[in-house]
Amino acid sequence: MKVDIILCGVGGQGILSIATIIGEAAMNENLYIKQAEVHGMSQRGGDVQSNLRISSEPIASDLIPLGSADVIISMEPMEALRYLPYLSKEGWIITSSVPFVNIPNYPDMEAVKAELKQVPHVVAIDIEQLAKDNGVPRSANVILLGAAQHALGIDYEKLEAAIRRVFGRKGDAVVEANIKALALGKEAHNF
Amino acid sequence: MKKQLLLGDEAIALGALHAGLSGVYAYPGTPSTEITEFIQAHPLAKERGVHSRWCTNEKTAMEAALGMSYAGKRALVCMKHVGMNVCADAFVNSAITGVNGGLVVLAADDPSMHSSQNEQDSRFYGKFAMIPILEPSSQQEAYDMMAEAYDLSERLRLPVLMRVVTRMAHSRASVLVAEEPRNENAFSPAQEKNWVLLPAIARRQYASLIEKQKDIAEAAETSQFNQLAGEGRLGVIACGIGYNYVMEAAPANVQILKVSHYPLPEKQVKAMSKQCAEILVVEDGLPVVEQDVRGMLGADYKVTGRLTGRLPRAGELTPDNVAAAFGKAVEPTFAQAKNLAPRPPQLCPGCGHRDVYTALNKVAAGYPGARIFGDIGCYTLGALPPFQAIASCVDMGASITMAKGAADAGLRPAIAVIGDSTFTHSGMTGLLDAVNDHSPITVIISDNLTTAMTGGQDSAGTNKFEAICLGLGVEPEHVRVVVPLPKNMDEITRILREEIEYDGVSVIIPRRECIQTFKRHAKKTSDEKK
Repeated sequence: MKVDIILCGVGGQGILSIATIIGEAAMNENLYIKQAEVHGMSQRGGDVQSNLRISSEPIASDLIPLGSADVIISMEPMEALRYLPYLSKEGWIITSSVPFVNIPNYPDMEAVKAELKQVPHVVAIDIEQLAKDNGVPRSANVILLGAAQHALGIDYEKLEAAIRRVFGRKGDAVVEANIKALALGKEAHNF
Repeated sequence: MKKQLLLGDEAIALGALHAGLSGVYAYPGTPSTEITEFIQAHPLAKERGVHSRWCTNEKTAMEAALGMSYAGKRALVCMKHVGMNVCADAFVNSAITGVNGGLVVLAADDPSMHSSQNEQDSRFYGKFAMIPILEPSSQQEAYDMMAEAYDLSERLRLPVLMRVVTRMAHSRASVLVAEEPRNENAFSPAQEKNWVLLPAIARRQYASLIEKQKDIAEAAETSQFNQLAGEGRLGVIACGIGYNYVMEAAPANVQILKVSHYPLPEKQVKAMSKQCAEILVVEDGLPVVEQDVRGMLGADYKVTGRLTGRLPRAGELTPDNVAAAFGKAVEPTFAQAKNLAPRPPQLCPGCGHRDVYTALNKVAAGYPGARIFGDIGCYTLGALPPFQAIASCVDMGASITMAKGAADAGLRPAIAVIGDSTFTHSGMTGLLDAVNDHSPITVIISDNLTTAMTGGQDSAGTNKFEAICLGLGVEPEHVRVVVPLPKNMDEITRILREEIEYDGVSVIIPRRECIQTFKRHAKKTSDEKK
């Protein structure tokens, strides 16, 4: 088993908590993990990404080679496009559909959507709206994780268990909100 | 042994704690910050009372760690690569005094300049000081190396430099860690006179350092962290995390010398050169090893790497540029997207630095010759739109001294913008120069009560800035404090104009808490109320 994942978005959108949950699930399965993160200046509203590699065999490089990511999980549609050269032929893009516009030259959104649609396997979800409508406004990122579960090839129950362990010390309400968000994401993908 | 998912930085921190560390000394700097933060939060450090408070700069950190070593304890100094420039005086001379308790200096380099002003390679500093250098290839090795580094330091009675790069510091992997930490060293201050570097003693100590070079080389030749494996006509010297990319991309028929302990093991390199027709050097940073290998093997032997263009001369190693060095074509399925715009970092909404730059731009518009000299911190982002306010950003503290020098040359008005933490790091001495010269400069100490860019660490001068400026001799009527908020814009611009018109040193301190730490504190307070 080997999955190469690129998590991306804009600094402050919470991509690292998605990585933490996947990492926890993988650790619990005794899989090898490498996860390169971005800290520092770019976290101030700039583009951010994390390379997450999971494998049943030892992993050499901390970074994912071009053309070999199995999944791009993105909190922002244009940010998903930024890493396109890293996506493998049969790879998936799981992205939030709503742009985060904090630059004056953000490209035309219809053109961004059209370019995303050219990729064979794309799931785009309005995660913020879905999170608000279902009373879990702070768990939009976990909705995205739920939608990516199939592409990640990690059992749903194992992600659920990982959420319980990761959020356990924040109390039951936080745990349940995130479990609900995970389920919402899975359903959204099934549409 | 138990398994933990750790950042490279965290593996280093835990390795040091488990090796019996008594104190970490550091100034925050990406990508090294998390080492000290991990120790600050660790229960074992609390239980043992391990020193972990932030230092004012890398030089004070290096000297304090040397003092702890003098007293017989194990100490760690952490910094980003440019911090090595700041502490170089103490660092180089620590190899002349030698150490008592084990001393490890950790430098985190930043090839590709993800968060830096240059991509200097700290291995040069290790060579310069003539001490052993370790460079882990994995998080596990980073953890394991710390105990070895302290043992080596105490055996050779020299500091040991450990060099990592961003991709090691900021990458997570599972690490097997010891169940039981080693004890701290006993308190036993040094007795010898070799710490007094008067010329006569320094000459003796330097001779002793030269004498130790044989042992230093032998330690690298026999190090468990250097391994020769495989067979083939092509030899590859894979340094630090370069080894990982080589393992990802190398064809089967190559001989690989993994190097994580320097000086470069000459015997192994020479043995490899006899079995191989050429040697490719894969190293992150500058071509340090490539130059060494050329020196060892002579001009006729074919050596390739960053100097020959087989690998890019600048920027970090990636699995892709290393694959290309092996002649593998990398052809992505999907081309670079067309509908893409760069998204540079920017000052947070609600940040006080924004109000400072708004005010400065308003006032500077009335002075065609005005220049604003910037410094290192979040406020460097004032260089980018929408502000585009600053003319320079060079190194910690340079805003004040460059403004002074420019004013000496006749530039008016010369304005410096420096953050609170950067001011205490390296701005105070420059301000004293300006006061003594009665330089016509206006210094803005934009005080957000924290070291913000690295994530909100304590700032050494909090609550002391007016006193520091007065103590350095700035006239009391020219030390002004304002609150950077849009509603105060008229007052701020008025004060700026008054002080720019003053023909001497003035300091304006816009003070408002960093919006990030403010939110964190507010959340903590509301959580506590629950």
